[in-house]
Amino acid sequence: MLSRKATCKSHGEDSSYFLGWQEYEKNPHDPVRNPSGIIQLGLAENQLSFDLLESWIAKNQEPIGFMKKGGSIFRELALFQDYRGLPAFKKELSEYMAAIRQDKVRFDPNNIVLTAGSTSANEALMFCLAEAGEAFLVPTPYYPGFDRDLKWRTGVEIVPIQSSSVNNFRIIPSALEEAYQHAQKLHLKVKGLFITNPSNPLGTTLSSHELDHLINFAIDKNIHIVSDEIYSGTVFDSPRFISIMEALKKKNLENTTIWSRVHIVSSLSKDFGLPGFRIGMIYSNSETLIAAATKMSSFGLVSSQSQFLLSRILGDKKFTRKYIMENRKRLKSRRKMLVSGLQKYGIRCLENNAGLFCWIDMRCLLSSYTFEAEMELWRRIIFKYGLNISPGSSFHCPEPGWFRICFSNMSEETLDLAVRRIKALVDSSAPNAC
Amino acid sequence: MTRTPSAEPKESNRSPTRTGMRLIVPLQGIVQGRGGLILGSLIPCTLFYFLQFYLKRHRSPPQNPPSRSTSAANLSELPRSSSRANLLSRGSTGRAHVSARASSIAKPNASPYYIGLDRVREDPYDEMSNPDGVIQLGLSENRLSLDLIEEWLSRNCTDSILGVGGDALGLNGIATYQPMDGLMEFKVAMADFMTEAMGKTVSFDPSRVVVTSGATPALEILSFCLADHGNAFLVPAPYYPGFDRDIRWRAGVELIPVHCRSCDNFTLSITALEQAFNQARKRGQKVRGILISNPANPVGNMLNKDMLYDLLDFARERNIHIISDEIFAGSTYGNEEFVSMAEIADSEDADKDRVHIIYGLSKDFSIPGFRVGVIYSFNESVLAASRKLTRFSSVSTATQKLLVSMLSDKRFIQEYLKTNKQRIRSMYDLFVAGLRELGVECTKSSGGLYCWVDLSRLISPYNEKGELDLWDKLLNRAKINVTPGSACHCIEPGWFRFCFTTLNEKEIPVVMERMCKVVESCKPSV
Repeated sequence: MLSRKATCKSHGEDSSYFLGWQEYEKNPHDPVRNPSGIIQLGLAENQLSFDLLESWIAKNQEPIGFMKKGGSIFRELALFQDYRGLPAFKKELSEYMAAIRQDKVRFDPNNIVLTAGSTSANEALMFCLAEAGEAFLVPTPYYPGFDRDLKWRTGVEIVPIQSSSVNNFRIIPSALEEAYQHAQKLHLKVKGLFITNPSNPLGTTLSSHELDHLINFAIDKNIHIVSDEIYSGTVFDSPRFISIMEALKKKNLENTTIWSRVHIVSSLSKDFGLPGFRIGMIYSNSETLIAAATKMSSFGLVSSQSQFLLSRILGDKKFTRKYIMENRKRLKSRRKMLVSGLQKYGIRCLENNAGLFCWIDMRCLLSSYTFEAEMELWRRIIFKYGLNISPGSSFHCPEPGWFRICFSNMSEETLDLAVRRIKALVDSSAPNAC
Repeated sequence: MTRTPSAEPKESNRSPTRTGMRLIVPLQGIVQGRGGLILGSLIPCTLFYFLQFYLKRHRSPPQNPPSRSTSAANLSELPRSSSRANLLSRGSTGRAHVSARASSIAKPNASPYYIGLDRVREDPYDEMSNPDGVIQLGLSENRLSLDLIEEWLSRNCTDSILGVGGDALGLNGIATYQPMDGLMEFKVAMADFMTEAMGKTVSFDPSRVVVTSGATPALEILSFCLADHGNAFLVPAPYYPGFDRDIRWRAGVELIPVHCRSCDNFTLSITALEQAFNQARKRGQKVRGILISNPANPVGNMLNKDMLYDLLDFARERNIHIISDEIFAGSTYGNEEFVSMAEIADSEDADKDRVHIIYGLSKDFSIPGFRVGVIYSFNESVLAASRKLTRFSSVSTATQKLLVSMLSDKRFIQEYLKTNKQRIRSMYDLFVAGLRELGVECTKSSGGLYCWVDLSRLISPYNEKGELDLWDKLLNRAKINVTPGSACHCIEPGWFRFCFTTLNEKEIPVVMERMCKVVESCKPSV
């Protein structure tokens, strides 16, 4: 009775990534009410700096009450449903985006399309750039949500670009070419590359070499590049973040055809810890794409209330600057806390300078170097040690034994407890395994 | 070149292309004797090839094989320029162009519905600052009762309502995963509001509520759930122009209009539905459901209980779904009571699974900017799939929290709904009276924010072109933006939708005065 799309499994929610969340929901840890419950380490949300936002709100009650100089703007906001977005908000957003990129790139507010979250942006881009049955090349490991967001309703295929721990999962030209050839063998027309920079789950930023490889590849094959930069505001350490737009500018590609084939996705969910506001965006230099995506955003418009409030927050440049710096500091120290804790027990973390998580090497704990062993280990970690961490296979990691642990969505005490539980896990394994 | 088919064909018609020969034979008459057959075949063939050549050169540039989504998107644009030309985007080459769907959508809107909205945006009427601007009667928006909400806000602007700091915005220190399909407390508030708005004849269950960022994505999500690409929904026409976008663009579901006529007061008939269904079947088109809007847009009439039961029977017999867009349910002004499809589903347990309702706060609660829509379904599988799909069209937590406070104030909501209805009623009465003075009549309607106006006597010729000429005069001479029936797929020309809830009382005479000029100039000379 239902459509094929509704009944197929393309929603991807059978992945262990989401199953782990479900287990957490059944038995969530609470320091007082359920101290032995499962600790949520699989949710990449930034909850470290709410206090800063809360104090801003306390000092700025006006926008909450729909007030601004001149009176109430409730009526105006209540009726505002222009898919081109609130101009004041887009202006602030474009300036914020530039600031995050150390002003190496300028963003034109007219080239911004607002969407209800980056999930909506990613899907809309697929609808706009590819027909059903065409493909995008995606570097592994990648965010499990892409299997759903990029493929489900659009019918677009993902062809993974392989990587290896040998070179810290960096993107190399031969891997790009291999993936392209693989797509050809599968009779899939490749429309573009879909990269996440900073990477989820690696937490690393792309080097200028990698960006060069990607750009050259896209020029050579005459395809698009979509750069999901939603973690760009969480870069807490060097090397500094280089946006794909900056890389293009450095190569003087501003008035060439590749310029209008590169598109950025971003949102305020990760930088600002405001996933609830559902504010995402597409940025592109392609007029056609902007025109199409703007109309398509009718299916996921941002509430005018959110746009207004955020235009106020972002408009307070002093606050925003302070927030970004303080947030980065807190992320850096949280990461250090997790990494040093794990290192004590022999668990290595991939060196990363961004993101809300660490990519950890648990190969030493595998009973065998297989994905079955990884699942076995994962089940033990969830059910016996009460930790929802995300297994690498759910990120399509080519090698077993890697896991992603989030560190910014809980209190320090809870993170500490998590590390102690990992100690227990390591202790229970073969001695000197790690 | 003239031909005189005099002689009998010399050769028998036994050449390979029999049909071709039938065409060629008369021409054979010219050329007698030897070579007659050859020339008799050669000349027409050559002519035929030259014709092809000519056509090819004057046809639009070659396109990539248009996918179904292309044609679907094109249909939604009501191509007045009838150009399916050049689906490749400007200045792009080879395979790197955007998708066919994007190219088609990116083109400027050709439909008068959208053109009119753009004109108002460019030159909006304002009593003080722009008295010669275009008056908006083409957007079904309700500005009559926003003051009531503003008043509530100013009365309740305390910490306890807006929450202390972060809580108001949904910030909390707990690592809970925010459900994409709406906070539970918000679903409860929406279910209660729907119950209230629809006259308390049905009690809506919060667990069947899925929240989306407006009714537009609600409809798209349902389309994805209930039909495959290329399937179809039957939809009574005239219908809301936005359906073409919501259902065709990405879900790729076709809309088959079931035409309603003025002689029936534009009421849907089961016979017409049956005909449309059977014709679709003959064409090989798979119908997956019926999409009704109740109260109807653009006509404003309501479906009575009998008709709703008949629809359910119809759906059951053919094993299809019913989507009931009830977004105007709380904006009724007539004497009839609104009956929700939910009421029918409640009483017909066996067929509940076919019934899905769309609702939202854009019309009944006047807050389209906040993006709140609802899918309400009796089908667990549809609910499960929809919940997953809301991640692409989710509602802001802050908005939900604010609305929970507002909607939980039962007394306020009841007052609001009652007063709002009264105001719509009085505007309707004034507006219709004003039109009547000009000699213009409307269909009898009882819900919605608009009336369905008969200007058929004023158009010349009596067809779509005449209607669009009049629309153009109204937009550019009288400077009022109204929606022509052709944009709504109305089969009878000359009908227009006038939304009257974007006006205040003082503006009605202004509208009528402007109308008068055009009406007078269009009156058929006797």
